[in-house]
Amino acid sequence: MKRTALYFSIGILFGITMIKSEVASWFRIYEMFQFKSFHMYGIIGTAVALGIVLTQMIKRNKLRSFFGKEIQIAPKPKLVKASLYGGIIFGLGWALAGACPGPIYTLIGAGYLPLLVVFVFALLGTYCYGLLKPRLPH
Amino acid sequence: MNLLLEPWPWYIGGPAIAAVLFLLLFSEKRFGMSSNLKTMCSMAGAGKNIPFFAGDWKANRWGLVVALGAATGGFMASNIMTDGSIGSIHEDVVNNLNQMGITGAGVDFMPQALFGIEALTEPKVLVLLALGGFLIGFGTRYAGGCTSGHAISGLSDLQWPSLVAVIGFFIGGLLMNQLILPYII
Repeated sequence: MKRTALYFSIGILFGITMIKSEVASWFRIYEMFQFKSFHMYGIIGTAVALGIVLTQMIKRNKLRSFFGKEIQIAPKPKLVKASLYGGIIFGLGWALAGACPGPIYTLIGAGYLPLLVVFVFALLGTYCYGLLKPRLPH
Repeated sequence: MNLLLEPWPWYIGGPAIAAVLFLLLFSEKRFGMSSNLKTMCSMAGAGKNIPFFAGDWKANRWGLVVALGAATGGFMASNIMTDGSIGSIHEDVVNNLNQMGITGAGVDFMPQALFGIEALTEPKVLVLLALGGFLIGFGTRYAGGCTSGHAISGLSDLQWPSLVAVIGFFIGGLLMNQLILPYII
């Protein structure tokens, strides 16, 4: 129960951040791909720079979680083709619908109901990937 | 500057995302939003016929709770924590979009033409939203992550598959934004 409240609170912070920093804005994403603003690059850049420091600190000092266990960070599978092809396909959708998976929930919560269409078809896309996985290059 | 009501500059937004990463890592979880789509497919029973969706989805319930929080945060930020102001969008972008019939840049948070309630009655817009959603769902699972899982978590952990994925995000994004979008919107 306590943990559920924690995850829910983290989600709220994430949702607020997506709206207040305008990362979830279709206009901002369009502007980013036109290279006309530093805003999105500034956000992703600072988040990654701080993230690298944080992740290295956790790994080098074997830091423990809130619940006392050593924090484990699983490496990403070394699949170059899948990362590239999947990345390109996601990028096409990101620039079209202007939302990554996180902001889809946030924008629906914010009341932009057409995002429900994006959400349902994102589920369908995920399902089709699962279906076709054995035939795709990884 | 009133952080509760006004839009955040990049130097607040970036650290806030890093804070989310920090909180999830210290809660023994990873920062990845697209996995929820897989979890929901598994919940709906997709694992019966497709091995990719098999396994115990209950272990991923925490992610759905985060997603529910993300929706709640979105409601709070856009209804309560706002004075209605929007960060300015570059003039060239505003003009460019106006020519394409997409108005409201720098005024509204989202373009009404695509995300207003009346968009739901426009067959062309519905097709674009459906296509966008499909590509997002298919691509993130194929790549094994999205902006949070690869660009933030993966790059923070210096994972080179994540760098490849992020390069892919930008190849696809630029193709859509610069070459395809002007013709289909």
